[in-house]
Formats: sequence, C-alpha cells, structure tokens
Amino acid sequence: MNKATSVRSQKNVTDLLDVARIRADFPILARHINGKPLVYLDNAASSQMPQPVIDRLVRYQTQEHANIHRAVHTLSEHATAEFEEARRKAQRFINAKDEHEIIFTSGTTESINLVMHGYGRAFIKAGDEVIVTGLEHHSNIVPWQMLCQEKGAKLRVAPINDAGEILLDEYQKLFNDRTKFVALSHVSNALGTVNPVSEMIATAHQWDVPVLLDGAQAAPHLRLDVQALDCDFYAFSGHKICGPTGIGVLYGKRALLEKMQPFKGGGDMILSVTFEKTIYNTIPYKFEAGTPPIAAAIGMGSAMDYLNGIGLERIGAHETDLLNYATQQVGAIKGVRIIGTARHKAAVLSFLVEGVHPHDVGTILNEDGIAIRTGHHCAQPVMQRFGVPATARASFAFYNTLEEVDVLTEGIRKVQRMFG
Amino acid sequence: MSDIKQLYQEVILDHNKKPRNFGALDNPSHKAEGLNPLCGDHIFLTLQVRDDKVEAVAFQGEGCAICKASTSMMTTNVKGKTVEEAETLVQEFRDMATGKLNVQKQPNHLGRLAVFEGVKDLPSRVKCAILPWHTLHAAFNSVATTTTENEEEPMKSAGVTI
Repeated sequence: MNKATSVRSQKNVTDLLDVARIRADFPILARHINGKPLVYLDNAASSQMPQPVIDRLVRYQTQEHANIHRAVHTLSEHATAEFEEARRKAQRFINAKDEHEIIFTSGTTESINLVMHGYGRAFIKAGDEVIVTGLEHHSNIVPWQMLCQEKGAKLRVAPINDAGEILLDEYQKLFNDRTKFVALSHVSNALGTVNPVSEMIATAHQWDVPVLLDGAQAAPHLRLDVQALDCDFYAFSGHKICGPTGIGVLYGKRALLEKMQPFKGGGDMILSVTFEKTIYNTIPYKFEAGTPPIAAAIGMGSAMDYLNGIGLERIGAHETDLLNYATQQVGAIKGVRIIGTARHKAAVLSFLVEGVHPHDVGTILNEDGIAIRTGHHCAQPVMQRFGVPATARASFAFYNTLEEVDVLTEGIRKVQRMFG
Repeated sequence: MSDIKQLYQEVILDHNKKPRNFGALDNPSHKAEGLNPLCGDHIFLTLQVRDDKVEAVAFQGEGCAICKASTSMMTTNVKGKTVEEAETLVQEFRDMATGKLNVQKQPNHLGRLAVFEGVKDLPSRVKCAILPWHTLHAAFNSVATTTTENEEEPMKSAGVTI
C-alpha cells in the first residue's frame, strides 16, 4: 500500500482525475462479491454504466418511448429526434464528416459483418486477397474467412513479434495487385497493443485498398478522429464505452457506403417496395432494416456525453498510470509472465501464473471479489502465437484505482501461496 | 472459508500436484480424447476393459486444476467397476455438477466424488469438472463405432467436445 501511495503522489493522478467522485457515479462499483468489495478489472469485455446513462435509459422508457421514423404523433417524433441526435453524438465522438456516415448496428461484430456482406460480397472476387493481422479478435477473422471461402479469395495474415506488435515490414510485403481489403484492430483486445494504424492505412491506400478498423478496444481509451486516421470503415460497441449492450456503430466513408449492398432487408431500409422492385433508402437507413434498439442508441449517446464530460485525454492519462503501475507490480511477482509487452499499449494486462491454469487464477481471484477475464479472449491465434491455451487478463477503466491494482497483486500472490 | 476455497484446498490442489493414474496404457481396449475448447482443457483417456470390468485406466493431458483433479479422482473411482456402474457414476456426476442431483438428499453412488458438488455454483467451471466424465462415456461407446479400419485415427471418431 505504501508503494501505491508513493506512486500516486508522485504522479498526481488525483489532480488529473477525481476517481473517488467518478466511482460514485457507478452504482455497481459499490457492490460486494463473495463478501469483498468488487474490484472490476474486466473492462475490455464490457464496461460498467454510470448513473446518468442509467437515468437516461429510464427516462426514455418511462416518458419517451415510441417507434421511430414512422408516425406523426408527438412521441414518435420526439423519439426519432433523440435517436438522430444520438447519431450526431456518435459522429462527433469519432469526428466523422457527415452524420449519414454513422450506421447503428448491434455492436462491433455486426458492424464488421455488415462490411463483409455489403462491401466484401459485392466487390471481392476469386483470387483476390484480404489482409488481417495476427492480433485480431475472432470477430475480425471469421467474417473474412467466410468471405474468402465463399469467393475463393485468400486471407493473408500480418504476423506479430514476441512483444505482440505487428511486424510492419511483413505487413507491407503482403500487398500486391490482388489485395482488395484490409481489416485490422486499432487496439488488441487480448494484449492491449495499440497498432500504428495511420501508417498501416497509408500503406493500404498506396495500393488503393480500403481499410476497416476494429475499434472495439480503442473507443473506450483514445480520442478518435476517423478523418485524421483516414480509415474507410470504423467499428465499435456501445457497451465498452459505458453504454448499453446491443448497440454499436459502423462508420464508413460516404462514397463507399453508397456503393455497398444492403446487409439486411426489411422496413425502414426502403424508399418504395412493389413485388417487382424495391428501391433502397439512402444511407445510413439503407443499412438499418427493422426497428433499431432505440433506447440503446440514445443510451450510447448519453455515455459518449459522459466520457466527453471527463475527457478522453484525462481518461487515457489515468489509464496509462494504472497500466504502468500494474505492469510494474504484477510483473515484479516471481513466477508471473506478462504476455504482450508492446511499447504502445492500452490498459490491458494479460498474464500467466506459472503452474496455475488461468481459469483457476480467475476462480480464486473471484473469491476475493476480483473480476478478471480468463481464457483465449476470442483471439485463439494470439494464444497460439504465444504457445499458451489461455491467459488471465486484467483490463482497466478510468474508474479503477491504484489500490485496486494492489488488491490484484496481493490476490495473485495468494493464488501462488495456495498452489505453492 | 467458502465452499470453493475448501474444494480447492481439500481435494483439487492435492490431485493437481499428484495426479493419480497419470500416463497412458500400452494396449488399451478403449480410448478417447476430450477437449474443452473454451479453456484449452485437453485430456486423453486410455482404458483396459475386460469382462465388462474397468481393469485399468490412465490419463494424460493438460488442463486447469479442477479438470485435472476431476479426471484423477475419476480414474481412482471407476477402476474395478463394471462399465454399467461407471456409466451410472458418469450420469450422477453430471447431474451433481449441474445441480440436478442433491447428493445430501438423493441416493447416489458418488461417495468421495461428492466434494465436487461446489462446482455447481461456478457455471463457467462446470465443464472443466465434467470433461473427464464425458470423455469416459465417449470411450465406452467408441468401441461400437470405431473399427480396425479407423485405427489410424481412432481418437477422431471417439473425440468428444463439450
């Protein structure tokens, strides 16, 4: 504890971020699990929701709910306005040029699948090549594998080094005249690596190849600017940025979205329907068939307001302190190996306790109220690269504290004593 | 102490460190591979069944402590039993781990295996405990379908994934 205090005072983290006040916004953080205060370190899987977002959802459901884009009555018009306001919030959150470039989806996975179906199936042919990286989450591998299988195209993989960083030279060598698409994670979910995406996008654009960024793990931690990144598609989820589950965003450049095929057919995505012919709606509605998760979209907009209220830069600074401290403390434990030591990382700490399976680590830590993720993190190729079946992963959010890192460290030591 | 910690300290840690019947039989009459892809638990089971009785059983593999301990204890418990008795244990163990069998109140043959009752409170770990039992079931039932023509890849036809 003394060490924690000294590190904190050195870094003046409390001057940057009033964590105690922020924590008071999150009712779930006051919970006890197995009689111990909850230490929630599974934020890369899903983040918690602050009271203002919960209140917004309750207000919507108690006072404002109706279907959107349909009726002329007051509730419907109000719900439509709020839903479209949420779209503009998402536009500002990632600095898209145009609100019509924001498509609401059920989450990152659906966003990626939408691009696979709408762009991939329309424009990728037999013999073409799609590039992914060795760091991808299954949701940014499997859709492209399905596409390649269907079209007779080839999936190429940019390898990573022992630190968990993409080998840029190898990535660049993958490009040729057959390369037609690049799908790559902005931040690795399993290791926390922040990829040099600007550089990687520039390479792809030299070959006129569009790039999709899987931003599920980046959106909670980094200030995003899709125009500065110049990515062609950007996908992220609401529930990892303190919003509800079941909602996410696909950003796409207008010109690309306009030439894409719809992904789902149904109501709201059409301009006119006869049995002979259907004329599709304009973007983004062309891609939003059926009644969307209206409450979730409005809730996600509210979560974006909340994060902006704190400031993504301050969030990032505090999380970097947490990561550095955790890397130092956990890394100092004899018999613990950290997997993923990239120079540029988000607040994710994947580790192994020698002689103890990660699932046992997770179960024993849970007995002390510590919630971490254990397993392959839906990134089996990453696990294969490091020759392990699974890891334990602590992932931090801005509401975590250095004291919680100490609880984690002590928890790991306890696991070792138990198994020792 | 919580039930889970007690489970770990009384049984799991011991079997994890000193697994019983660890290894592989030379000429097994039955064998199967069990895989739990979610956590990477992976076990190979070899059995010698003669006159409908489990004469010998051994296991190899990698996995978490719950899986290893469950497998280790399974081997000591089914040795000497008839196939039918062992299959009864498979069913009862599965029912206990999934909360369908209350070992205190309902008749059963689990004996010492009842210490695994606590895993029913850990839904994500139930599979770890059950894996060896599924694999044993697969091994017993593979003889009927695995013929000598399949000798090259007998594991494949007997493989079980849960």
